[in-house]
Amino acid sequence: MINKVVHSTKEAVAGIFDGATILISGFGEAGSPIELIHALIDKGSKDLTVISNNAGSGNVGLAALIENRQVKKIICSFPRTAISFVFPEMYRSGEIELELVPQGTLAERIRAAGAGIPAFYTPASVNTPLADEKETRIFKGKTYVMEHALNADFSLVKCHAADKYGNLIYNKTARNFGPIMCMAAKTTIVQARKIVEVGQIDPECVITPGIFVKRIVEVSNPADESVLVAEKRRYPWN
Amino acid sequence: MELKENTGWTINEMAQKVAMDIHDGAYVNLGIGIPELVAGYIPEGREVIYHTENGLLGMGKVAEKGEEDFELVNAGKKYITAIPGAAYFHHADSFAMIRGGHIDICVLGAYQVSADGDLANWSTGDPNDVPAVGGAMDLVAGVKTVFVITQHNTKNGESKIVNKCTYPLTGKNVVSRIYTNLAVIDVTDKGLYVKELAPGITFDYLQQNTDARLYQYQTN
Repeated sequence: MINKVVHSTKEAVAGIFDGATILISGFGEAGSPIELIHALIDKGSKDLTVISNNAGSGNVGLAALIENRQVKKIICSFPRTAISFVFPEMYRSGEIELELVPQGTLAERIRAAGAGIPAFYTPASVNTPLADEKETRIFKGKTYVMEHALNADFSLVKCHAADKYGNLIYNKTARNFGPIMCMAAKTTIVQARKIVEVGQIDPECVITPGIFVKRIVEVSNPADESVLVAEKRRYPWN
Repeated sequence: MELKENTGWTINEMAQKVAMDIHDGAYVNLGIGIPELVAGYIPEGREVIYHTENGLLGMGKVAEKGEEDFELVNAGKKYITAIPGAAYFHHADSFAMIRGGHIDICVLGAYQVSADGDLANWSTGDPNDVPAVGGAMDLVAGVKTVFVITQHNTKNGESKIVNKCTYPLTGKNVVSRIYTNLAVIDVTDKGLYVKELAPGITFDYLQQNTDARLYQYQTN
């Protein structure tokens, strides 16, 4: 019998080992699986490589994971926002490594990983420092740079609703990296605002088919990162 | 000649100039900051669909106070709305729209634009800055027409329109047209041609305040 539902965020992040590569969904706060990240902080796995579009805000969620010295390297497109200070400070002091990737290249590297494509060519970043030392090739007179797939051991993803098969739907622009991150990890772990009965999600409307998902946990009232940041909250909770 | 602050067009007038050049039916991506103002000046009778690279086609206005949805944001992470007929999609599809040449126009800010249409808008190369690029490199590589909207000179009076960019590039030979507070300038194979001068600005004044060589269209 297939039932991917687990009953706590602690159970959901079980097995995340030191040195793992982890995809974390979200574009800023939209779609960021804060509760799963906090469970990973509780677990304490170290030397992680995190792939996420941003590098967190305030002292909660991804920023708190970094502040807790669990991340050795981050692969992202935009590691700063108006209210991000944890990553910038650690980056300047050399405590964390950064691989900066154009946002579309980041998305496609993740998608490629999930689709079994080891590398591809893109026009983005050609003639810029981000293409330095990368292989290039000319197709029909135009130069492209080769980029490698970004496979991961785990992905942590937030969605709106899931069923026990792992079929997912998302909410508005909180979808962002979720569907492709579900595809690109050996173990995809999802927090859903609600878990519904099988059959309740119209098959025509499924965004992530359940085959890409390993574990689902219901987090019915997920925290809003911007609210926590405005309240100067810190995880572990102050 | 001393460059006075606030010379020429205001930022809103610059945005209006850009808006006039966006055709009916265009799919448009507006960069963060000044480019966002363009949406407010699309002439009546033109329908334009806004793409935001974090996964929405059919972006509407900024959300009213009290109506914000934390899961409905634009690329600048502002709370926005979606128009009737909007579509959400994941990031790889969003950048397929960009890289695949499906977006007609993008409007971006700039640190520098060169005479060849090279754009530098993501890094000053300062080692103390945390580097961040976002979707800018994908946009300039894939969108059919790239407009730049920027002040003509930096706060220190340096020209942003240069012979060769000294800051790290976002893309090479990608900009089609530059809208500044002083002029609208076309980037052509034969160089930078001044399409329009702001009121009270002469070609000579513009050239004196521009690092790159400018040309005038021949008028009959």
